[in-house]
Amino acid sequence: MSTPDEKAPIDPLDEAALDAAVQAALDDIAKAVDLDALKAVRTQHTGDRSSLALANRGIGALPGPDKAKAGKLVGPRRGRINQAIATRQTELEAERDARVLAEETVDVTLPVQRTTAGARHPIELVQERIADFFVGLGWEIADGPEVEAEWFNFDALNFGPDHPARQMQDTFYVAGDGGSDSNLVLRTHTSPVQARSLLERGVPLYIACPGRTFRTDALDQTHTPVFHQVEGLAVDKGLTMANLVGTLDAFARAMFGPEAKTRLRPAFFPFTEPSAEMDLWFPQKKGGAGWIEWGGCGMVNPNVLRAAGVDPEEYTGFAFGMGIERTLMLRHSIADMHDIVEGDVRFSTQFGTEI
Amino acid sequence: MPLIVKDWLADHVEVPAGLTAEQLAADLVKVGLEEEAIHGAAVTGPLVVGRVLEMHPEPQKNGKTINWCQVDVGPEHNVDGSRGIVCGAHNFAPGDLVAVALPGTVLPGPFPIAARKTYGHVSDGMICSSAELGLGDDGEHGIIVLPRDMGFAAEDLTPGQDATALLGLGEEVLEINVTPDRGYAFSYRGVAREYAHSTGAKFTDRGLATGAEPSPTADGFEVRVQDDAPINGVVGCDRFVTRIVRRIDPSAPTPAWMKHRLEGAGMRSISLAVDITNYVMLDLGQPLHAYDLAKVSAPIVVRRAAAGERLTTLDDTDRALGTEDLLITDSPDGAGSRVLGLAGVMGGASSEVSGTTTDVLVEAAHFDQITVARTARRHKLSSEAAKRFERGVDPLLPAVAAQRVVDLLVELGGGTSDAAVSDLDTTAEATLQKPIQLKVTEPTRLSGVEYTPEQVRSTLEEIGATVEATSVVEPVEVLTVTPPTWRPDLTDPADLVEEVVRIHGYDQIPSVLPSAPGGRGLTTEQRTRRAVARALAEAGFVETLSYPFVGAPEYDALGLPDDDPRRVSLRLVNPMADDKPLMRSNLLVTLLDTVRRNVSRGITDLAVYEIGLVTRPAAGAPAAPVLPGGVRPTAEQLAALAAAVPDQPRRVAGVLTGKRELAGWWGSGRAAGWADALAAARLVAERAGVDVVVSADPDHMPWHPGRCARLELADGTLIGHAGELHPKVVETLGLPARAAAFEVDLSVLVAAASGEPVVAQSVSAFPAAKEDFAFVVDGDVPAEAVRSAIVAGAGELLEDLALFDVFTGEQVGEGKKSLAYSLRLRAADRTLSAKEVRAVRDAVVDSAADKVGAVLRG
Repeated sequence: MSTPDEKAPIDPLDEAALDAAVQAALDDIAKAVDLDALKAVRTQHTGDRSSLALANRGIGALPGPDKAKAGKLVGPRRGRINQAIATRQTELEAERDARVLAEETVDVTLPVQRTTAGARHPIELVQERIADFFVGLGWEIADGPEVEAEWFNFDALNFGPDHPARQMQDTFYVAGDGGSDSNLVLRTHTSPVQARSLLERGVPLYIACPGRTFRTDALDQTHTPVFHQVEGLAVDKGLTMANLVGTLDAFARAMFGPEAKTRLRPAFFPFTEPSAEMDLWFPQKKGGAGWIEWGGCGMVNPNVLRAAGVDPEEYTGFAFGMGIERTLMLRHSIADMHDIVEGDVRFSTQFGTEI
Repeated sequence: MPLIVKDWLADHVEVPAGLTAEQLAADLVKVGLEEEAIHGAAVTGPLVVGRVLEMHPEPQKNGKTINWCQVDVGPEHNVDGSRGIVCGAHNFAPGDLVAVALPGTVLPGPFPIAARKTYGHVSDGMICSSAELGLGDDGEHGIIVLPRDMGFAAEDLTPGQDATALLGLGEEVLEINVTPDRGYAFSYRGVAREYAHSTGAKFTDRGLATGAEPSPTADGFEVRVQDDAPINGVVGCDRFVTRIVRRIDPSAPTPAWMKHRLEGAGMRSISLAVDITNYVMLDLGQPLHAYDLAKVSAPIVVRRAAAGERLTTLDDTDRALGTEDLLITDSPDGAGSRVLGLAGVMGGASSEVSGTTTDVLVEAAHFDQITVARTARRHKLSSEAAKRFERGVDPLLPAVAAQRVVDLLVELGGGTSDAAVSDLDTTAEATLQKPIQLKVTEPTRLSGVEYTPEQVRSTLEEIGATVEATSVVEPVEVLTVTPPTWRPDLTDPADLVEEVVRIHGYDQIPSVLPSAPGGRGLTTEQRTRRAVARALAEAGFVETLSYPFVGAPEYDALGLPDDDPRRVSLRLVNPMADDKPLMRSNLLVTLLDTVRRNVSRGITDLAVYEIGLVTRPAAGAPAAPVLPGGVRPTAEQLAALAAAVPDQPRRVAGVLTGKRELAGWWGSGRAAGWADALAAARLVAERAGVDVVVSADPDHMPWHPGRCARLELADGTLIGHAGELHPKVVETLGLPARAAAFEVDLSVLVAAASGEPVVAQSVSAFPAAKEDFAFVVDGDVPAEAVRSAIVAGAGELLEDLALFDVFTGEQVGEGKKSLAYSLRLRAADRTLSAKEVRAVRDAVVDSAADKVGAVLRG
């Protein structure tokens, strides 16, 4: 930086001296390495005591014709210096900003999770997904009690007291007062909700009932005494097995993708007639794509409709039920039932809050 | 469930050569007989017929004598005219034809055979015993001599011949599942008919009377049915045929073909007479019994058991009989004085045919399904006979089946058929086969498949029904369909519809999605449940599920007092575990078990929750009424059902242990505590849209008496509790210290939620005024009381209020605390003036002083 030369003010008409002053300023501007340096340069070359400011001040003392000439010499030169300073200012500000940001760099690979993530249980998520499918069809979702009257669990569904199927289902019985019969059971299927809904809501009726059910099977890789089912029931005028098949196909696609399809096989359930086992085409089946059993279904037995006060001559209906655990295990390649029932948080956490 | 031997099936229906078990399964499943399993071939590899040429006994140092044999196993397998085989058994001789497993054979076990060096020889194969071939242990561990032991004619056997096929050991066998409505599929007769339905193969019904069955004679063995206590008015026995065959050779063996079939069907060969009854039962579906005629005293009386009677059944079990049990008795000391067996379930030991029996009394009867089902259930005796009777047996079969048994006893046992025949028959045409009125359009109405009237008729005739003269009622043709006697399950039009649809094929049904009239979406309860579940998950809780079974020790661990209402639990008659016979009355009791499991697996920083039902039985609740099916209960009956089903509210509970905020490079984290549990409980209520009132509850196990919040509705209804668990409970359960928990009743919250849409307040864009206060109050004044006082004082200009500091110490004085609040004030329609703000400030200070004795800190 050159020393300010206050003692020898530049003649405003001395073009060479003016140019030299401009050059000196531009050199100093270029040499300013940071904003502080530039601030000093600005003071030196544009301040009140700078050569050009003094030359400018000298213009007023010049005779008339020289005044205009000097003005044309000094003004633009001062402008060049100001512009150069502004340009340099922008450059140096950008440099400073970049440096500051670089200095603030953190290690973004550090662990950042300060709380453990929560999750839903996949059994619940699958039930919600199933519910959403049926709500989308315009059906409603019905719930019922888990401790249930035998009448709803069996008799209303055409399981007579001596029906062999009543023995097939390994039922938990509830003790009554003082060792008497309570005539209550832990529901062995979600089907009692059928009877309850028919009685409470009447017809036409389109409901799905996901929920928890109980049978006296010991816990192993594929069984659990406490499990979940979803029951579907539609009762209306003119419903047929074709509607049952259509509903099952749509349901299978919703759960297992567009390639999914179903197949019915003749079977027996007391509460449906005709009855069928439903198989699902499962491309991911171990050992190659094939049919696997997914649930039972059929046309609602007229006796079930009668138990709910519905005239089977006027109304027909279909019903189906499938295991939620089985659906979940198929869909997510779960090999062992223990994982589903034990409540280990590592299992649920894999599923997050949506499946 | 039944095992299907193919060549046996071929007795009834044409079966293509080379039919595989897989194909048979595929054919049967189409009509509803599901595959249970396909049992693999019992034997693979070179199992051949051999003739023992030489046999040299060689005593060994260990005291045993082995035989070094040369066996002719056919030119294909012989090495220098025979093979050398070491055999430890002695029940055969040179010249005998035996089964030889050559190296490479795999016998059941699996037990692979290889040449091996033993007792100084290379034994190049094995001479097989019955047990080694999986044909049952004869108890003597002896070698099978094929003509002697299996009934083959020596001239039919050649060394080198494949013995696998000969003994029926190379076949895969299909096992099917029979649904409870199809008892007749427990027979080859029934399965063959179904096979014919599926494939169209030619079927011959061997269960129909041939005319060879004699009529009863006056000297037939006397039988009386004296049923004094019919169940549901149905006499326990409506048919009882007896036949007598005399002078049977007790040593006559069961022929190989029959043994092979019985064993293929999963039944052990016992003796000729027993084998024949079993064979005919499997063949036709009629359970049969063979008595030693010498041990039975006429008359046979079929009656119910008297109280206190006992019977030792064939399985050597001494049983106390129930008065509903139907018995077969005879009359050595007066009519019906001795119990011979449980009718249709199992015979007794005393009258069994034995190795010396020459004269046999054959019983072929028909028993009531329910009587047999109850007896089988009562005695936990699911015998082959009971399986068939409880599902229903063709009542026209007894005479046919008895004739088959007689024929076989005569043919194979050398006996003579006695002319004396009895046939007590009270089956009536009308009760046997109730005609069903079927609208010819009904199959189409239910299935959605168009069937012509002709198809409906012919299909029903195909299953054996008679379709009678049709009448036309309304515009529709109505068929009178009389089901065949072997199908007691066909009682209603819908049953006939199933027959039509399944025989034409379920695969013919089109797929048509029905259009529902449109529902109301999820209920408030269902949406609330989801909102709560998701909110907790998003707040870092992991959802788990637990079994609802508990025992008193689990309640003890929670420290529940003896008179705590949560100890009133529903009890199961047949729990999975004897120490957990109760249904949980609260969620925490089982959720804490889940917590313990996680902690024991090393996961100690835990936040879990469960949403589920608990059972709260009312003391002295009435039993549920027993009502018939098929009839709508009356309003009173429905009310009685409702009253009997215990209250089952839906709850949500959560537990936190360890760190709520984890330790890390940012610091040491934060331990979970009472506040986190309470925050979660409040979150649940907030998501349910319900305002809660919180107060301290110093006496509610399993919570810490000084750190337990009680949550209530504004009207005082209990919602639940939240806070830190009692240290004793934490210690008993082995949980990390300071574990915290909440449990709230979702059902109460849902009922309390208004369900009405929120009425929106418009948002003011005028500037806010902020005012801070620090109040000093007595240490035991709840923060909630101070908050209420401030809110009351601030009035409607208060937009937001936050407690930002709680401080105790010398500066505020002994027994005092300082609470610092920040208030945001705003008006809907104007900028607040300094004067207005000052007025609010004064009102807040006054209200706090007045209501909780608060002093503004200088």
